[in-house]
Amino acid sequence: MIKAILIFNNHGKPRMSKFYEHYTEDTEQQIIRETFHLVSKRDENVCNFLEGGLLIGGSENKLIYRHYATLYFVFCVDSSESELGILDLIQVFVETLDKCFENVCELDLIFHLDKVHNILAEMVMGGMVLETNMSEIITQVEAQDQ
Amino acid sequence: MPAPIRLRELIRTIRTARTQAEEREMIQKECAAIRSSFREEDNTYRCRNVAKLLYMHMLGYPAHFGQLECLKLIASQKFTDKRIGYLGAMLLLDERQDVHLLMTNCIKNDLNHSTQYVQGLALCTLGCMGSSEMCRDLAGEVEKLLKTSNSYLRKKAALCAVHVIRKVPELMEMFLPATKNLLSEKNHGVLHTSVVLLTEMCERSPDMLSHFRKNEKLVPQLVRILKNLIMSGYSPEHDVSGISDPFLQVRILRLLRILGKGDDDSSEAMNDILAQVATNTETSKNVGNAILYETVLTIMDIKSESGLRVLAINILGRFLLNNDKNIRYVALTSLLKTVQTDHNAVQRHRSTIVDCLKDLDVSIKRRAMELSFALVNGNNIRGMMKELLYFLDSCDPDFKADCASGIFLAAEKYAPSKRWHIDTIMRVLTTAGSYVRDDSVPNLIQLITNSVEMHAYTVQRLYKALLDDISQQPLVQVASWCIGEYGDLLVSGQCEEEEPIQVSEDEVLDVLEGLLVSNLSTPVTRGYSLTAIMKLSTRFSSLNRIKKVVSIYGSSIDVELQQRAVEYNALFKKYDHMRPALLERMPIMEKTATNGPSETVQTNGETDSTILDTKHLPSISQPASQANDLLDLLGGNDVVPIIQTTVPTKPASAGGELLDLLGDLSLTGGPTPTPASSVPMSQPPFLLDGLTSQPLFNDIAAVIPPMTAYNKNGLIIEFTFERSNPNPNIAVITIHATNSTEADMTEFVFQAAVPKTFQLQLLSPSSNVVPAFNQGSVTQVIRVLNPQKQQLRMRIKLTYTHKGSPVQDLAEVNNFPPQSWQ
Repeated sequence: MIKAILIFNNHGKPRMSKFYEHYTEDTEQQIIRETFHLVSKRDENVCNFLEGGLLIGGSENKLIYRHYATLYFVFCVDSSESELGILDLIQVFVETLDKCFENVCELDLIFHLDKVHNILAEMVMGGMVLETNMSEIITQVEAQDQ
Repeated sequence: MPAPIRLRELIRTIRTARTQAEEREMIQKECAAIRSSFREEDNTYRCRNVAKLLYMHMLGYPAHFGQLECLKLIASQKFTDKRIGYLGAMLLLDERQDVHLLMTNCIKNDLNHSTQYVQGLALCTLGCMGSSEMCRDLAGEVEKLLKTSNSYLRKKAALCAVHVIRKVPELMEMFLPATKNLLSEKNHGVLHTSVVLLTEMCERSPDMLSHFRKNEKLVPQLVRILKNLIMSGYSPEHDVSGISDPFLQVRILRLLRILGKGDDDSSEAMNDILAQVATNTETSKNVGNAILYETVLTIMDIKSESGLRVLAINILGRFLLNNDKNIRYVALTSLLKTVQTDHNAVQRHRSTIVDCLKDLDVSIKRRAMELSFALVNGNNIRGMMKELLYFLDSCDPDFKADCASGIFLAAEKYAPSKRWHIDTIMRVLTTAGSYVRDDSVPNLIQLITNSVEMHAYTVQRLYKALLDDISQQPLVQVASWCIGEYGDLLVSGQCEEEEPIQVSEDEVLDVLEGLLVSNLSTPVTRGYSLTAIMKLSTRFSSLNRIKKVVSIYGSSIDVELQQRAVEYNALFKKYDHMRPALLERMPIMEKTATNGPSETVQTNGETDSTILDTKHLPSISQPASQANDLLDLLGGNDVVPIIQTTVPTKPASAGGELLDLLGDLSLTGGPTPTPASSVPMSQPPFLLDGLTSQPLFNDIAAVIPPMTAYNKNGLIIEFTFERSNPNPNIAVITIHATNSTEADMTEFVFQAAVPKTFQLQLLSPSSNVVPAFNQGSVTQVIRVLNPQKQQLRMRIKLTYTHKGSPVQDLAEVNNFPPQSWQ
């Protein structure tokens, strides 16, 4: 199960955050900060998996992240998810965003937060992966926009 | 009231803020505007306001006043309103607020809406944050939707069902009929979510699991789907880097794993397809590796045939050599899981794993370290330890504690020789001394006392290490304890293993005093060194210097030090005659939970005359705390009086009387039959491992003739001798007590005392009734440790009741045959 999906930039500012387990608002912000701390320290050529911070479940949960240009995409998952699979999922997510926004960049995410949420809602629901087919997702999102 | 600004404007404005304070100001202003707009109940702009609120929520500002507004949005008819409303509900609400219950009705209506997107929205929200009450109410609707032909809705309904099952496990049965047709869908989305649903059901309930295995023939269906996926050519819609729908493949593999675990039939059905996947998937991209990884995990978990297992381990081995760090990490993780079951196979890759220790990546290093510890065994201990010690030197501080404990454990289990063991410990202490865990100090001390022949070598090395560096507390503590204990060996320069160094008494005392005054020493370390100095008073000859040091600390600010110093001072002044006995060598400490009945335990600082009583250490005490007890006793801790009061008074008084009678002989022995029941017969490790109450017979034993120790009033006590195998310094004496009178001797108690240079251990007697007319005998085993090979003398005391009257007798036994103590 995916516990949380976070997108933040190189300075730690959150660009999107979705939690699939309940935390208070303060905890959520703290989680974002802690995750940023952990992830920003990583070198470029180390592996993309980290043990989770203390707030978000400690040793049970892993942080799987990918760094694209100025943004970090972080998925916090528990042990039931395949790590390599989640890496692929992040890739599919980013490619979908790319198709929807036409060469997506950080500004797109900033100004169209609701659209990002809608796309994500088509992919991941309740912490479980719903749909991984890019064209399918895009069709749905476009249909809903009308 | 002007129209509220659009979301985009807001974002732009916020981005222009230079400082956090500016941003906060803007947001507060905007919040106020939003709040007044909400109060006006303006429908047109509500959607916009809530969107802005959500953005602010993401940045971390409180937004709970928008919750009711979200509900109003959900209730509206416009799709955009609904969408924002549901999104807001998912982000802002959760089951802890009561407001969410109001949503239930809205969701119910929306689930039956004509537009599929609205239905989809409702399902999505329910699946994300539905509480158990909501789920119970709406489960029926979800189940209906699970059966529709609309694939868009079906897949959402499947995941919603997963959430419902998680919240309310009892409803699982309800979804069972709907799952029958799920797998015959063509749509991959539906397939994917159905597999997830089935996985969840199987994980939650073993009944479901067996049901699926037998009735539904799930395994063949899954195998078929998987086969299609692999065999079918290029399909553009599901393709990810050349492999068709890897996500689905991985999910199916995972479900197969659950189905096949522990079940032979299912496992057999899967074998072929697993082999096919393992060999056909191309590994150049991450995708292929993801599938292979999942396959390997599945092979490991089910009852696969051995060929398949070997294939799996080889794949993992290939992963280890891959350049991609992710793959290596994943391989190390899975090897850790399999090392228990397929130990030999993993051993083959040991060198690669050890190389990973040198990797730059922290996560990989940690995994490699854990795996290395799991792989250590008797054969590779030397090589592995070298690598691990090198790793300890160079790793991050976070690792050092774990690594040090791991090394200690491994060394304890597989040490090829005592000297190697001590060397390894020394190395760990000197490199990572400050990270070593606290409980390892007593463990180490116990280990050192156990290796009797290495004492001189150990104390010499520790002394040299101490000269170099006194900052690492555990090292210093162990070193000062050893110097206190074996200082005479250090000074006399007798060391077989190494070049003996010439150390004078003054130099040793200099070092210990240096510890006391140094700023680097913690209070605990100072306590250790003060006690060590005190112990040296019996082993060294420079008493005056020691007395001076001890008296200085009588006025120290640290209460612990002060107490110790004052008590030691008292020892010098009033109880000087007791000092040698008190500060004798420590006996070898037991590792097992239970003790032999009599352990010479020394106390400190007590000012009443029962100081030298023997004590039964409570046999229920844990080994670690026992070692601690023994150590603490020398430190004059509070533990001591507690032990004293739990001792049954009978042996205490018996000991007291014997003390009066025996004068300078140190006292041992004296178990009474009653505590014997609480002291089982397990033996300390250094004496006769595996010994039962029957003594071992060996060639030497046959040479030692038995002797009669006592013969009076019809009671005859005979001693028979054996030598214990592992330790030739220990003589095992079995006494046989027989009674030739016409009445039984009941409550028979045999006690013995030996001179100071010996250590004696008395085990439980076979019974305490000596039957009349030599009909039987009472046997009891005595063990005598005689390291200095002096002549054995013993004083025995017998108490029994004969013909109703108690009888007590003392005797001295001097006629031991020479072979028994040489």
